[in-house]
Amino acid sequence: MTDIIMPQMGESIAEGTVTKWYKKVGDHVERDEPLLEISTDKVDTEIPAPVAGILSAIKVQEGETVEINTVIGVIGGEVQKEEAPAAPSGEAESTPASGATQPIPRVTADPTPASPEPEASEPGLRSSPLVRKMAREHGLDLSQLTGTGRGGRVTKHDIENFLASPSAAEATPVAPVAPTPAATPPTPAATPPPAEAASPATPPPLPPAPTASPPPLPPSPAASPPPASQGRDKVEPMSKMRKSIAEHMLISRQTSAHVTTVFEADVSRIVALRNEAKPIFERDGVRLTYTPFFVAAVLRALKTFPLLNASIDGDKIVYHRDHNIGIAVALEGGLIVPVIHDADEKSFLGLARAVNDVGERARTKKLMPAEVQGGTFTLTNPGPFGGLFGTPIINQPQVAILGIGGIHKRPVVVNDGIAVRSMVYLALSFDHRLIDGALGDQFMADVKRRLEGWDEKIL
Amino acid sequence: MSEVTYLEAIRQAMWDEMERDERVVLLGEDVGLYGGAFKVTAGFVEKFGTQRIIDTPISEEGFTGVAIGAAFNGLRPIVEFQFIDFIANAFNMITNFAAKSRYRWGAGVPIVMRGPTGGGVRAGPFHSQNPEMHFVHTPGIKVVVPATVADARGLMKSAIRDEDPVLYLEHKKLYRHIKVAAEELEGQEELVPIGKAAIRRRGKHIVVITYGAMLYTALEAAEVLAGESIELEVIDLRSLVPLDKECILEAVGRINKVILLHEDTRTGGMAGEIAAIIVEEAFDDLDGPILRVTAPDTPVPFAASLEDAFIPQVEDVVRAARELSAY
Repeated sequence: MTDIIMPQMGESIAEGTVTKWYKKVGDHVERDEPLLEISTDKVDTEIPAPVAGILSAIKVQEGETVEINTVIGVIGGEVQKEEAPAAPSGEAESTPASGATQPIPRVTADPTPASPEPEASEPGLRSSPLVRKMAREHGLDLSQLTGTGRGGRVTKHDIENFLASPSAAEATPVAPVAPTPAATPPTPAATPPPAEAASPATPPPLPPAPTASPPPLPPSPAASPPPASQGRDKVEPMSKMRKSIAEHMLISRQTSAHVTTVFEADVSRIVALRNEAKPIFERDGVRLTYTPFFVAAVLRALKTFPLLNASIDGDKIVYHRDHNIGIAVALEGGLIVPVIHDADEKSFLGLARAVNDVGERARTKKLMPAEVQGGTFTLTNPGPFGGLFGTPIINQPQVAILGIGGIHKRPVVVNDGIAVRSMVYLALSFDHRLIDGALGDQFMADVKRRLEGWDEKIL
Repeated sequence: MSEVTYLEAIRQAMWDEMERDERVVLLGEDVGLYGGAFKVTAGFVEKFGTQRIIDTPISEEGFTGVAIGAAFNGLRPIVEFQFIDFIANAFNMITNFAAKSRYRWGAGVPIVMRGPTGGGVRAGPFHSQNPEMHFVHTPGIKVVVPATVADARGLMKSAIRDEDPVLYLEHKKLYRHIKVAAEELEGQEELVPIGKAAIRRRGKHIVVITYGAMLYTALEAAEVLAGESIELEVIDLRSLVPLDKECILEAVGRINKVILLHEDTRTGGMAGEIAAIIVEEAFDDLDGPILRVTAPDTPVPFAASLEDAFIPQVEDVVRAARELSAY
């Protein structure tokens, strides 16, 4: 008998949700065959069977969330008959017709069962894998269609034509399967350093699993006095991403002594330089934004003030040798902070490319777990909607975060005259446990000086 | 208006990289004084000297081994096979040594192995072969097959800068036949990423997946079929290892009918491998059988009529597409 356990899919992952079982109790699985799908704070992934055998028990149903290393199913041994019926409310119902193949979850609009699988009722009917898939998706009975392919085969075209015709309107619509949430922002690495590795029996090579308890959760909602919802309010569960952001923000507030200092910088030179270089970068396929300028200035300043590129571990200070810069990216319904690893080793062009690349992949949910981990300093950009500056919350376990406001032209005093200059507010939130006000301001003065007196070649 | 040929692009890429990085050296038969059998390296020895442009004895296993050793010691050698057919003599060095060093010792072997492949020039069975699958089958070697001038340059540069052995297969029929205006090349990216396919023509009825000189056969077939309202999409793989599965599966998901085309022989060819991937990972997207258009399982014939019958022609692709379209 082999237990299937909830694997740890990243260093700070404490729990995972079973989103889909591909097999039923009693089904045979091959080793490494996809067995189920899980969703964690960082990734959605398939879990292959660790061994070949009969799936004898499912202990965690679809939709349930459990801590890592929890036994979620068993392969081998006695088949446990008390398999919980299907799944929680209104979800997945497997189609028996396709035998051993994976069950196709359906959400039907009304309780009447969809028409039977056409290949079962019409053994002689010819189609193709695509056509059968389309028929399933649209709830079509293929025997109603006239095939125009070779030997009367029903083709993709025939389905498309049928769907476009009026008679298609009568067919039972079958709602598409709800998409599973994808990448979500990093949760804090919490306090405990990884303890002894509890090597799980699952196949993918995993980082050592902390045996310590998951990161401290915020106080239970029971503590908050007034009821959150009243009669006509709409209540819906938070997405995984939302939950994760909520926890992270609260933990950061409880962990660090936040102080924010705001500087103003004259970036007219950078604006001019960027306008000049933009078409040249475009030829290399790189859209040049202001972000790489800020990243580059911050990197230089971090080297001068290494305490800003550090973490606190109990009563010790950890100076990070790597300069891994997180860039906060807004997503629909949340945000994520992809990390540019070893940003200080990149050329300006490389930085510009990397900034665009992680931003783009953050928005298209194509980041790998490693790319949202290991940050040592974070940049965020509260400017795009006209805000002057924000007071950002530190991305744990880092000790500082720089918020870059919008760049606006403002009248400023230059040599006792008034000039129109491109100005930006920069707000640094730092952890006062480690960084005193003087150091925070020295760091910011350095960043400001580098931005205003930009003298680096970027081409 | 000056034009750049496929051959000139290969030559220019090596030249640029040798100027950029003095660790890049070139070895092979007649690459120095003679300038290479196809004149790819003409002028190199005068510019870079005999320390970096090394004429070797006729021993592929010997000079490939030398290149691997040099790579271990910090150089980045390019090995030229006068005709790629002769790479068979270096098979042991490449498959048992270059390909496995990283797995055994973590030692990368940054060498580029390049040479003229393919038929269609009446060169017979020992000077016309397509040996890619021996190496595609050997884990540890990247295999790139440029079909355009820009890719000839860009993939060569990426191959030279790669930390692992790269087999760079250049089609001898394209050397002087394929050319673009110098200005056009100017705007293209200099480093073409290894492992990324390119969609050369958009279509919606059948996708033809191919590589190397067969790209042009596919594009011509697409022109012919456009007159019959059969729209071919054409994918140029550019790299066989790593293979751009994402591009392939995306196209299959959209287009649902697939022809796999290559000049290499049929059994154990790239087409079979790709067909297996599609059936495993995109079975539900198929609206017809996957068809292969390839050379038959024989050596490359010498006689012109037989060679033409051996190498897939435009009509072969057209015929397969009509059949698949009616399916």
